[in-house]
Amino acid sequence: MAAEGNTIDALSQFQLTHALGPVGAAVNFTQSNAFMLTAAVVIVLIMTVGMAPRAIVPGRLQAAAETFYEFIENLVIGQVGHEGKRYFPFVFTLFMFILLGNVIGLFPYAFTYTSHIAVTFGLAAVVFVLTTLVALALHGKKFFGYFFPEGAPVWLAPIIVPVEVVSYLSRPISLSIRLFANMVAGHVLLKVFATFVVLLGGLGIVGPFIAVLPLTVNVLLIGFELLVAFLQAYVFAILTSVYLHDAVHLH
Amino acid sequence: MNERDDFNERLRKARHRQGLDQNARGADGEGQGGLPASALRIGLRAGVEVVSALIAGAGIGWLIDRWLGTFPWLFMLFFAIGGVAGVLNVYRLFTPRKGARK
Repeated sequence: MAAEGNTIDALSQFQLTHALGPVGAAVNFTQSNAFMLTAAVVIVLIMTVGMAPRAIVPGRLQAAAETFYEFIENLVIGQVGHEGKRYFPFVFTLFMFILLGNVIGLFPYAFTYTSHIAVTFGLAAVVFVLTTLVALALHGKKFFGYFFPEGAPVWLAPIIVPVEVVSYLSRPISLSIRLFANMVAGHVLLKVFATFVVLLGGLGIVGPFIAVLPLTVNVLLIGFELLVAFLQAYVFAILTSVYLHDAVHLH
Repeated sequence: MNERDDFNERLRKARHRQGLDQNARGADGEGQGGLPASALRIGLRAGVEVVSALIAGAGIGWLIDRWLGTFPWLFMLFFAIGGVAGVLNVYRLFTPRKGARK
C-alpha cells in the first residue's frame, strides 16, 4: 500500500475503516474500536491470568502484572500523597489503556488508536473533568481561589484571572497533543523508512544493498518507538497525578 | 547477616562507581514529572505547552466572539492572553513544584 506508484504515502495508515465486515459497517465499528477492545481484553487477561496463581515467587506474567501495579501505585502515592490511593484505579486504567494502545500499534497491520486526537483528547477531557470535579467536591468555592494567587495586588486581577483560566484550560489540550503528536510522528517515520526499503530495493542489482540502510534505521526506530510508547503512557499518567495533586491540595 | 551487609556495601560502591545514584537524584529533582532532563524533550514539552495555551486562548476568544458578535476583538485579546498563559506554563515547567507557589 505504501509504495503504490512510487510515492510515499505515510498518512493512509491513520485512516479509519470498518472492522467486522457488514456488521461493523452498520454500527460504525472501526478498526480503532476493535483495537481498543483488544487492548482492554489484553489488560484484563494480564491482570487476571497473571495474578491467578498468587505465588509468593511470581512467574513471568505475575511479575509483569505486579510490576505495572506497583509502578503506578508508587507514582500516584508519590505525586498525590497518601490520600491519592483513591485515584489509583483511575490512573492505572488510563496508563494501561494508553500503554497497550501504543505498544499494540507497533505490531504490523495493527492500528494505533492513540494516534487520533479524538481519542487522546477524549481521554484528556475525562482527566480534566475529573480533576475539576474532585477539586470542587473537596474544596467547594475555595477552588476558584486557584485562579488568583493569594497576596497578589487586587488591581492585577483582570490580568491574572484570565491568564490563569486559560492556563488551566490549556492542560487537556497539551496533554492530548503531546501523546497524539508523538504517536503520529513515530508511525510516519516508520512508514517513510519502510517505503524507502521497498523503493530502493527495486533499483536493480545494487538496490537491495542500499535498501539495507533504511532497514537498519527502521530496526533502530522500532526500539525507539517502544521507548516512546512507554514514555508517553508514563507522561500521561504522571501529569494526571500532578493535576490530581493540584486538585486535592489546591495550590 | 554479615554477608548481606557486605553485599549492600559492595552494591553501594558499584552504584556509586557507575554514577547510578547521581542519575536517580538528578531525575527526581528535575521538572514537573521527574523526567530525566534531555534538551530535546524539554524543548518539545515547552513547545507543546505554548501551542496548547495559544489554542485554548484563541478558542475561548473565538467562542465568546461568536456569542457576542464582536468578531475580531475578543479573539485578538484572548490570543494575547493565551500567549501569556503559554509563557506562564513554561515558567511553571521549569520552577520546582514545591515551594514555588506556596
